[in-house]
Amino acid sequence: MTPHILTRSLDRSATVFLVVVAGLGVLIPLSNLLLPSGSALQVPTYLVALFGKYACYAILALSIDLIWGYCGILSLGHGAFFALGGYAMGMYLMRQIGSRGVYGNPILPDFMVFLNYPALPWYWHGFDMFWFAALMVVLVPGLLAFCFGWLAFRSRVTGVYLSIITQAMTYALLLAFFRNDFGFGGNNGLTDFKDILGFNVQADGTRAALFALSCLALIVAFLICRAVVTSKLGKVLIAIRDAESRTRFLGYRVESYKLFVFTLSACMAGVAGALYVPQVGIINPSEYAPGNSIEAVIWVAVGGRGTLVGAALGAVVVNYAKTYFTSGPLAPYWLFMLGALFILVTLLLPKGIVGTFNAWRESRKATEKANAESAALEDGVGEPKPAE
Amino acid sequence: MSANFLDRLRALLLAISLAVAFAAPALAGPFEDAVAKFANDDFSDTDEAIGAVATSGNPLAFPIISALQDGRLSADPDTKKVFITQADGRVIDAATGAAVDKLPDNAAAVRLNNRLRRAVEAALGGLTLLSPDPAKRIAAAQSVFKSHEESALPVIDGALAKETNKSVKAAFAEARAAILLYKSDATEVEKLEAVAVVKARGDQEAMALLTGLGNDLPPNVARAAASAIASIQSNLAMWSMVQNAWYGLSLGSVLLLAAIGLAITFGVMGVINMAHGEMVMLGAYTTFVVQEVIRSNYPGLFDYSLLIAVPLAFLVAGAVGVLIERGIIRFLYGRPLETLLATWGLSLVLQQAVRTAFGPTNREVGNPSWMSGAFELGQITITYNRLWILCFTLAVFVILLAMLRYTALGLEMRAVTQNRRMAASMGIATSRVDALTFGLGSGIAGIAGVALSQIDNVSPNLGQSYIIDSFMVVVFGGVGNLWGTLVGAFTLGIANKFLEPVAGAVLGKIAILVLIILFIQKRPRGLFALKGRAVEA
Repeated sequence: MTPHILTRSLDRSATVFLVVVAGLGVLIPLSNLLLPSGSALQVPTYLVALFGKYACYAILALSIDLIWGYCGILSLGHGAFFALGGYAMGMYLMRQIGSRGVYGNPILPDFMVFLNYPALPWYWHGFDMFWFAALMVVLVPGLLAFCFGWLAFRSRVTGVYLSIITQAMTYALLLAFFRNDFGFGGNNGLTDFKDILGFNVQADGTRAALFALSCLALIVAFLICRAVVTSKLGKVLIAIRDAESRTRFLGYRVESYKLFVFTLSACMAGVAGALYVPQVGIINPSEYAPGNSIEAVIWVAVGGRGTLVGAALGAVVVNYAKTYFTSGPLAPYWLFMLGALFILVTLLLPKGIVGTFNAWRESRKATEKANAESAALEDGVGEPKPAE
Repeated sequence: MSANFLDRLRALLLAISLAVAFAAPALAGPFEDAVAKFANDDFSDTDEAIGAVATSGNPLAFPIISALQDGRLSADPDTKKVFITQADGRVIDAATGAAVDKLPDNAAAVRLNNRLRRAVEAALGGLTLLSPDPAKRIAAAQSVFKSHEESALPVIDGALAKETNKSVKAAFAEARAAILLYKSDATEVEKLEAVAVVKARGDQEAMALLTGLGNDLPPNVARAAASAIASIQSNLAMWSMVQNAWYGLSLGSVLLLAAIGLAITFGVMGVINMAHGEMVMLGAYTTFVVQEVIRSNYPGLFDYSLLIAVPLAFLVAGAVGVLIERGIIRFLYGRPLETLLATWGLSLVLQQAVRTAFGPTNREVGNPSWMSGAFELGQITITYNRLWILCFTLAVFVILLAMLRYTALGLEMRAVTQNRRMAASMGIATSRVDALTFGLGSGIAGIAGVALSQIDNVSPNLGQSYIIDSFMVVVFGGVGNLWGTLVGAFTLGIANKFLEPVAGAVLGKIAILVLIILFIQKRPRGLFALKGRAVEA
């Protein structure tokens, strides 16, 4: 069964994508660790962390493409699931600091000492164990998405209404996490991490391993998405995207399908956030800002909605452009660029990079085929077309 | 008529008495004798002098006593002349007010002991109680009410007997009641009357005064005080409800103002305009530019700056709106999610453009004189700018409703909304109507910006802070229905302000967001949902 799913779910672009990601996931850490620093081929550590960040964004983009591209659910609050996963990981990393914090308290993180917490809040218990934190990374975003989706899809909140209330959800979380008495470090968030599983988060080896893990997670997420969208379930999802009422009248329980894919997508976003936090070294409430979630949607739009490969590609391309622009003298123009990107992509490139490329290739194939057929007909050896 | 005549007579009498008071220093009278006593360097003489000067009604009495308190009153024991060293160093003769070149060499400061210091303080309090300015008299009475200082009683009694101004009289009566309440040898009847007077005042200070009473009260008085406290408490609770309701109305009017343009573009046209907040921002910056031009060129017109800014902001934001519709949105009809993304991008561009042009910091927009200040209504304070914004919002709402109902454009807009193809078949230029409708919605957002510039920071982020709230209002109220927007805005505003004292500002807001999310589950199309086929479109 499994090989069948695998073979069915891989077309040529998917294979190319997987090979490239796997290759980078192996080569970049090796080059960083094995080659002497200063060598032309050696990838400096800061770049490894940067690429790791891109890989996490690519997973987030995949999760958005899964629901938007294949099921028509435009979530403007996916950053919330990403940040929740990040906070779960951040809590584990905070607990790992132990007595090495500024205040040297073995149990309480620094900000709690600073804010006069008498004891660890109940929801911080268990986060000193990695397996628990890892479970929460998937469980918390999944649970929120399940509850939210259960309410929203059952009462048939669709289209822009859903987009607006997902935005309200992340906005509410933003406000809540900004509060000091909420127990997540308020404005400053969680930072100053030391160890992950006993390895120093700043060390080159850990960073390389985290990057390799992010690539692995990207591959796994991609395979899951492909498996979902190429299965029969995926066909139903596409049917829901294109004609929701008709699918419902045909007897499918639309809300269950939507709920499943929405929850799955939120779990993936949570994992992306969890991998993101140790690589950037901080998580704070600004990750919940509605603008971040909308920006993630534009990655998908740029790369190509409903193509998966395009979503990941879009995340990398847009974020590379962001890094390039915001670090140079062009920084004041980045928002102009980003804004123009939103407008131009929706107006001129509605299928995104990969979608447009695919369409172009298919049209070329079609013309080639047509040319071949007409040539064959002229030669008189072409088979007659089957009756329609 | 007779009241008028009495008023005139009173004014005449006051003028005469003032003239006499000012003329007095020219004659050697009791005031001069009293002042001379300060020079005796004898505590009991000084005491007498304080009493005599304080009750003299002479305009120099207040400067003399306050100089005495600050140690700026000096006397020459030989000539028996008394001098005041003023704050700016100039010296005047205390008896006549005439300027003196410098203090005589042997002049020494008039000495005080603790008993005299108390007398000076009481005399000063009494002097302000007798001040010719009614506002000062009320302020003095208030301070006596708070301090309930027994020594002020005779002055209060005297002032009360002479007082003619109604509100000052009431303040004196309250001050007197406060003193009697705390006076140990006041009779039970006096105290009961005092409790009634304080109860009638009914504010936070009255409450503090009553709760501060000790336990050694006659039982009747204690009972009366307890019931007065209860009544004041319920009175205060009622006023705090009124206060919350007012704040809620005020917030609701702001929400309505921000959302009303969105109700046109999103509600009527079905276009998700994430750049709506930036239209509000453009309106606010238009106000800023108008005020800058007026400040530098026609400072006299400053009070009219908002009246000039309103039509300009409408034109600026409306023109930008028409451009957006023609340039972007018309290509995206029927693709709401793409519209959302494109207009979000547009909002980023507009924000950054304004940031580049005007700088990232807050720009100052002033309040015209008729919008600054506040007035008291019962126990609450109402600021004029909030009141004007409420009126302005309702006016905009009514004008917009009338426009949709009674003008040709309104008719065409409704026709296109209800059935685009039918409207087109009847000869309505639908694309022109689309552009104008979008321009109208944006223009209204622009004039919302004029109003919001009066109460909020004018910065490039101004619009972003309103966009989510505006969408909440429109979605909550029901799309395609201006009345729904009105009800939605005021409901959310009032609910927010009533939650705030209970849950705190941020938690209250979160609670509102969660409640809206839950509400949409129950009624996915808002409070006032459109019925029929248009719903599924």
